Formats: sequence, C-alpha cells, structure tokens
Amino acid sequence: MSDVKKIATRASYGEALAQLGTEHGDVVVLDADLAEATKTGVFKKAHPERFIDCGIAEGNMMGVAAGLAAAGLVPFASSFAMFAAGRAFEQVRNSIGYPHLNVKIGATHAGISVGEDGASHQCNEDIALMRTIPGMTVICPSDDIEAKAAVKAAYEHVGPVYLRFGRLAVPVINDREDYRFELGKGVTLREGEDVAVIATGLPVSACLEAAEKLAADGIRAKVINIHTIKPLDEDLVVAAAKETGKVVTVEEHSVIGGLGSAVCDALAEKAPTKVLKIGINDTFGESGPAAELLVKYGLDADSIYRKIRDFVNSAD
Amino acid sequence: MDKLKLMKTANEVRKDIVTAVHSAKAGHPGGSLSAAEIFTYLYFEEMNIDPKDPKKGDRDRFVLSKGHTAPGLYAALAERGYFPKEDLKTLRHTGSYLQGHPDMKHIPGVDMSSGSLGQGISAAVGMALAAKITGASYRVYTLLGDGEIQEGQVWEASMLAAHRRLDNLVVIVDNNNLQIDGAITEVNSPYPIDEKFRAFNFHVINIDGNDFDQIDAAFKEAKTVKGQPTAIIAKTVKGKGVSFMENQAGWHGKAPNDEEYKIAMADLEKAGEALCQM
Repeated sequence: MSDVKKIATRASYGEALAQLGTEHGDVVVLDADLAEATKTGVFKKAHPERFIDCGIAEGNMMGVAAGLAAAGLVPFASSFAMFAAGRAFEQVRNSIGYPHLNVKIGATHAGISVGEDGASHQCNEDIALMRTIPGMTVICPSDDIEAKAAVKAAYEHVGPVYLRFGRLAVPVINDREDYRFELGKGVTLREGEDVAVIATGLPVSACLEAAEKLAADGIRAKVINIHTIKPLDEDLVVAAAKETGKVVTVEEHSVIGGLGSAVCDALAEKAPTKVLKIGINDTFGESGPAAELLVKYGLDADSIYRKIRDFVNSAD
Repeated sequence: MDKLKLMKTANEVRKDIVTAVHSAKAGHPGGSLSAAEIFTYLYFEEMNIDPKDPKKGDRDRFVLSKGHTAPGLYAALAERGYFPKEDLKTLRHTGSYLQGHPDMKHIPGVDMSSGSLGQGISAAVGMALAAKITGASYRVYTLLGDGEIQEGQVWEASMLAAHRRLDNLVVIVDNNNLQIDGAITEVNSPYPIDEKFRAFNFHVINIDGNDFDQIDAAFKEAKTVKGQPTAIIAKTVKGKGVSFMENQAGWHGKAPNDEEYKIAMADLEKAGEALCQM
C-alpha cells in the first residue's frame, strides 16, 4: 500500500481547528506547550487572539477550559493523550465532566505509535479513563477524513468530548463521496459472515488489509469501524455478533477498558459471544520506530490477520 | 449597603451556616464562618448580579474554589434571594439540590461546580480570560483557602492569570490559619502568602477579612488595578462568631449536635442584638 496517501490525524486536527475557528467566533484553543506537536499551532497562526498557551500545566489548562466554557465559549484543550487524559484526569472529571461543560479535549500522540519517545509518552489507557466519566463522548477517528469530520461533530455536539488522535501518518481510507460522520454510529466497511472485526483508530486500515488476506483463506470477515467508542453503537455491534457468532476487537490501546471492553460489556448483556481482544496486552510500550513497534506489539496487518485466522479456526 | 447592614447580614449568614450544617449532620462550618463577611460583601455590595436572572450574561462571576465551605456560599445566596432560606435545611440531604459541594447545574447562583481543591481558581481564570477575549466587562472573583494553596494547580493558575494580565480577576485567600490536620504552619506552611502572590506578579492587599471597612477598601482598590490580577489575603478567624468553634481545627468539617447548635445560635442571637443597639 505504498502508493496510498498517508496523513497523521493530529495534522487533520490542526487543519480542522483552524477551519472551525474561521467559521465560528466562539472557538478557542488551548495548549500546554505542545502546539507544534499537537498541530494546534495551525489554529494559533490563523486565530492568534483565540489561542491560549497555558504552558506546561495540563491540570490548570483543563480548569481554564472549563471556565471558558462556563462563560459560553467552545474551548478545544490539547496535549498528548498521556497528559490530557492521564495527568489531568481528575480535573477533566471534576471541572469538566461533573458540570457537563462544553469542553472538547483534543488528545494527540495516543498509543504506542508515538514511537521513539517510549513508554512514558505512549498512552494506552486514555480510552479506559475517559469512558468512565458520565456524559463524556469518546471519539477515536481512523484517518484524516474522519478526524476532520469528528472535530466538526464535536463542535456541534453540546457537552464534553474526548478526541483521540495519533502522531503517525496513517492511510486515508474514508475517501469516498458518500462519506458522512454520525456521532455514535459505527460504519461497516466490509461485509462478511464468518467473523466480525470491530476496530477503532489507527488499526482500522490494517484490519481492512487483514480481511483481504483472510478472504484468500476463505474466511469472510466483516469489518466495522467504531469511531465513537462512547456512546457505543450497540445495535450495530450486537447485530454483527449475532450474524457472525465471532467477534474480534482491534485497538491501539490496552485490552483493559478500551473498545474491547466496551464491546464485551454490550455483548455480555445483549448477545453473549466469544470475543478476541487485540490490543496492548496489559504492558507498557518502549522506544522504537512506530512501524516496528506496531509489528512487535501485534497491531500490523499481518499480525492481526494471523490472530483472527487462528481465532476463527479454533472457535468452532 | 451601609456597614451596619452588612454586619447584620453577615450575622444572618452565620446563623444560616450553623443551621444548615446542623440539619445536614455534616459539613464544614469553620471555613464558612471565617468567610461570612467576604461572602456577604461579594453578594450584597460588590458583584453586579441579579438573583432573578442568575445566568445573566454580563454578570460578575464568583467561583468558590474552597468548595467545602458551600454552606457559606449557599447562606449568602439564600439571603440574597436566589432560593428560599428554608431550603438550607435540606443541605446534603438525599435528593436535595443543595449538594455538599457547589453544583452549578442545579443551584441557582452557583457559577462553577467546585470542591476538589485547587481547581476553582483555574475555572475563574478561564472566565476572566473569556471576558478579555469577548470584550465583556464583567469581573471574576474566587475564594481560596489558605490550606488549599498547598495545591500546585493554584500556582499554575496564578502564573497564567498574571501572564495574561487579568485585571478583571480577584483572588481572595481566606487566611484562617487552620486546615484539617491542624495549623497550616504545622502541616505545610504556605507563608509568606502575600510574598508568593507578589512574586507571581499579582497586586497584593493584606486585610483583616472579618472587618468590612478593610474588605470594602480592598475591593475598591482592586478595581483601580490595571494590567495585573489582585490577590486579597484576608486574615480571618476560623469558626468566627461561634464561641466554641473559633480557632478550633476540629470544627473544620464537623456538624454541631443539638446542644451545641443551641449554644451556637445563642451566641449569634446575642451578636445580632448587639448590632441592633448600634
């Protein structure tokens, strides 16, 4: 897939923010000394009067965002996922979540594809943390087009939203005319009856590749892209589980508490089904080029293909 | 409102605090009582507000960063007419809108949910920034505890407030010298408080926070300050007005029993009568 266009969703975020700022005067953007990396610098350049660099103080940034929202503005507060969801968890929970303030959290550099910075900066726990907060919407877009659409949808939604973006350039997979983003609605990217592969974010494109390989083995895999992890599209998940009888979840996040857990929560109650959770297996990451780490931690297309194949062959 | 009226109102606020906490059988009377004059001054003299229109766009904002002293805030709001005084007796009861800590979603007049220490001041900075960005003229006030300023976030927020030259922000520190585990000087001393805020580029005013003349002068001075936020360090007496609660760390977060409640109310009735003879 070397000829496929690749764009990092953090870059999409910066561009979408700048555009949103042009369309809406109430959009303000906050960062914590990472504007170059999170790409909020694109907004800063376009709308400097509505950009607030809080310096290296993420907890305060979330509180300031809460105050801006309480005063009627629509703040997008940005940092790396590790610090936005991790370090500032309690500020997000108490100052934004509890009063249900209209703050959007743009968290970049999620997952192990952060690469060389290593485990201290590779947040594999943010989805788990954010989805426990009542009223929080959690979105994890899979490519450039979806990321830009998600930023717009987050603005239009009244209430707190956590947006998860990546550092690594990923293939553009949603480049089609009829593409539209609907908050809370999963998207079936490929039909199949033997197994349902439910993925979010960066590995969605790898899942499509894996499905091609599975087809060569005679395994027909349905591929569903869940861009909104909360609220989860339970109807789609349950229907897919009932249709295929086998579910695989794939995410660049811990297998504890993320998409896999959300899917299992829904299925345990509504359609008990055998589920294979592919993700970071309760371990910290490490330094290395992102592409190598994705292979090492089993999130590349080949690894996903082999795991699904073995799961399908052993599940019966 | 003249000084005598303010003093009488503060005394009523104190009665409301003691009554609410007694009814709740839990809560924080000490730091509510120490700040009774500050609550009273803000809601009866200083702030541009309208109890009939609590969400008025151009209103001044108040964030109770030391959220555990909600009884003090609720008492002032009830006295000002935001909701019925009788409701104060439902404080902390299951199903009541008067939550243990300020809840902006359900309590008329509460501008920000707070209670996790160190966070309210950040929200106040955000509101003051919003006024600067939108060209609004409202002012923002936030009340912190002297123990609360041990939280690092207070200084993150202060740094940004001064950096952004938020002269529409007034930070008040209720310096009653006591926190749960004892005297702030014994637990983890934040002194010198004034010098710390000065070092963070605040305009600093030291006052007796239980004296309306000094409170009045401080808030008037704050309005004249340009290009930097103001910090008012208000020296107060924890538990002020209730004889057995004054300067006692043990009354930080404890409700009076029936007998103690009677003594407390008798103290305050007596103070009220003395004010009527003035």
